[in-house]
Amino acid sequence: MLYDLLIDPFVEFDFMRRALVGAAALALSGGPVGVFLMLRRMSLTGDAMAHAILPGAAVGFLLYGLSLPAMTIGGLAAGFAVALAAGLVARTTALKEDAALAAFYLISLALGVTLVSLRGSNVDLLHVLFGTVLALDDATLLLVAGIATVTLGALALLYRPLVLECVDPGFLRSVSRAGAAAHLAFLALVVINLVGGFHALGTLLAVGMMMLPAASARFWSGDITVMIGVSTLVGMLSGAAGLILSYHTGLPAGPSIILVAGGAYIASLLVGPVDGLLWRLVPGRHLEA
Amino acid sequence: MTDATRASDAIRFENLTLGYDRHPAVHHLDGALASGSLTAVVGPNGAGKSTLLKGIVGALPPLSGHIRLSLGRPRGAKARIAYLPQAADIDRSFPITVYDLVCVGLWNRAGLFGGIGRKDRVQIEEALAAVGLTGFEKRTIGTLSGGQMQRALFARLLLQDADIILLDEPFTAIDARTTADLLALVRRWHDEGRTVVAVLHDMEMVRQAFPRTLLLAREPVAWGETDEVLTAENLLRARHLVEAFDTHAPICARDAA
Repeated sequence: MLYDLLIDPFVEFDFMRRALVGAAALALSGGPVGVFLMLRRMSLTGDAMAHAILPGAAVGFLLYGLSLPAMTIGGLAAGFAVALAAGLVARTTALKEDAALAAFYLISLALGVTLVSLRGSNVDLLHVLFGTVLALDDATLLLVAGIATVTLGALALLYRPLVLECVDPGFLRSVSRAGAAAHLAFLALVVINLVGGFHALGTLLAVGMMMLPAASARFWSGDITVMIGVSTLVGMLSGAAGLILSYHTGLPAGPSIILVAGGAYIASLLVGPVDGLLWRLVPGRHLEA
Repeated sequence: MTDATRASDAIRFENLTLGYDRHPAVHHLDGALASGSLTAVVGPNGAGKSTLLKGIVGALPPLSGHIRLSLGRPRGAKARIAYLPQAADIDRSFPITVYDLVCVGLWNRAGLFGGIGRKDRVQIEEALAAVGLTGFEKRTIGTLSGGQMQRALFARLLLQDADIILLDEPFTAIDARTTADLLALVRRWHDEGRTVVAVLHDMEMVRQAFPRTLLLAREPVAWGETDEVLTAENLLRARHLVEAFDTHAPICARDAA
């Protein structure tokens, strides 16, 4: 019974196994990247950059159809361009970075949807916006797994300056010039992860695999290392649970995964031991010291 | 400790002007801080005290003039500077422990990737003990009070083992006991021959603990032995010198003259 419910779909169908591997790879790198996005107060930046990838991928789609390399390269180019442009606008004009990003991503989204509609059908548009996690081919799986590998390696190298740049940027500036470089490298990691996520979950939901697990993890630990672990775990479990949910109920797979992650977030918000809402309602008696 | 021993100056200012948007905040400063000296920088709000420290660490490039560091050192051996900014812009909600925050003081040795060995751990324990934070290692920084946070930052300064230590209003909003404990560390640094510069507002403390004083009001008003600098006359003059920010100030002609 439990076997039928949880294991059988993956044993039976190749596309389910591929989807599971893809989701696991996304969670593996999305977990830590999401935690850093959240701690650097860049949650919305991640969202904006996910949207910004759309017109780049759309141009690739316009020129070459649903081709993996074309849409990947287009997405990467657009993602980097918007990340840099927003940073530049924020540094050189009176506009703050969040406002600059909001402006860029609204333009990108409108432009992207227009471009896809120029040539493709509504089905194509849905593919680009919400992904095709149940139709991952070898090339896409390799891309997603490769991105996860690069991300984890790079994060290990960047860990110290990244953490320090969040906690005490002034101190980092006084001892090292690595801060700006680390920030740029981190933005690059965000972009490649979003491009990886985009193939599976689409531009609109790719960021969900980063932010929802990370936001859940905040309620389970006050320590950044544990937080990263929890975030990755929540992402992986959401991937598996979302696929199973979609298999048995016939719901679209990508949104199911994100909905399950959303459920995990709301559950954490309610019962998480670190500042969860439930613990606010029944606070323990205060201690002696 | 003045002109005669120039080679032992830790920091020398040469006609230094620092400021923002071409408006000077420190105007035509000339002079030197002797190596191993303990100097208080005092002056009214807006006198350019914090600006001067930012200039020394290199966070703010001079509008004109120069700041010379590491004089009398072999070429290439740069003086190490530790800087504690005013109300350090630390994200107190970040999930990091006191221990981890303090141990980045070893940056000079460990850098971006280096490890922290057993010897370093002993040093970290000692630094925490010196500021009275033993037992706080595993607490996250969000749970510290203002005074405890300042103690942790001083522990980090201890580990930085710097030649020049710059403190920007280190005792603002800090209670008497914590101030006394931290001031003892400042004295210890002075005894170890480090050059210490502190921006302060408490004149009583300056008179008691700081041998030398720079009274700043955009222009240097007086600079020397503390007793000679902190006269009623000088303080009054300093108060008058800091004028309002003049948007239409003409270009300073002093360099041309």
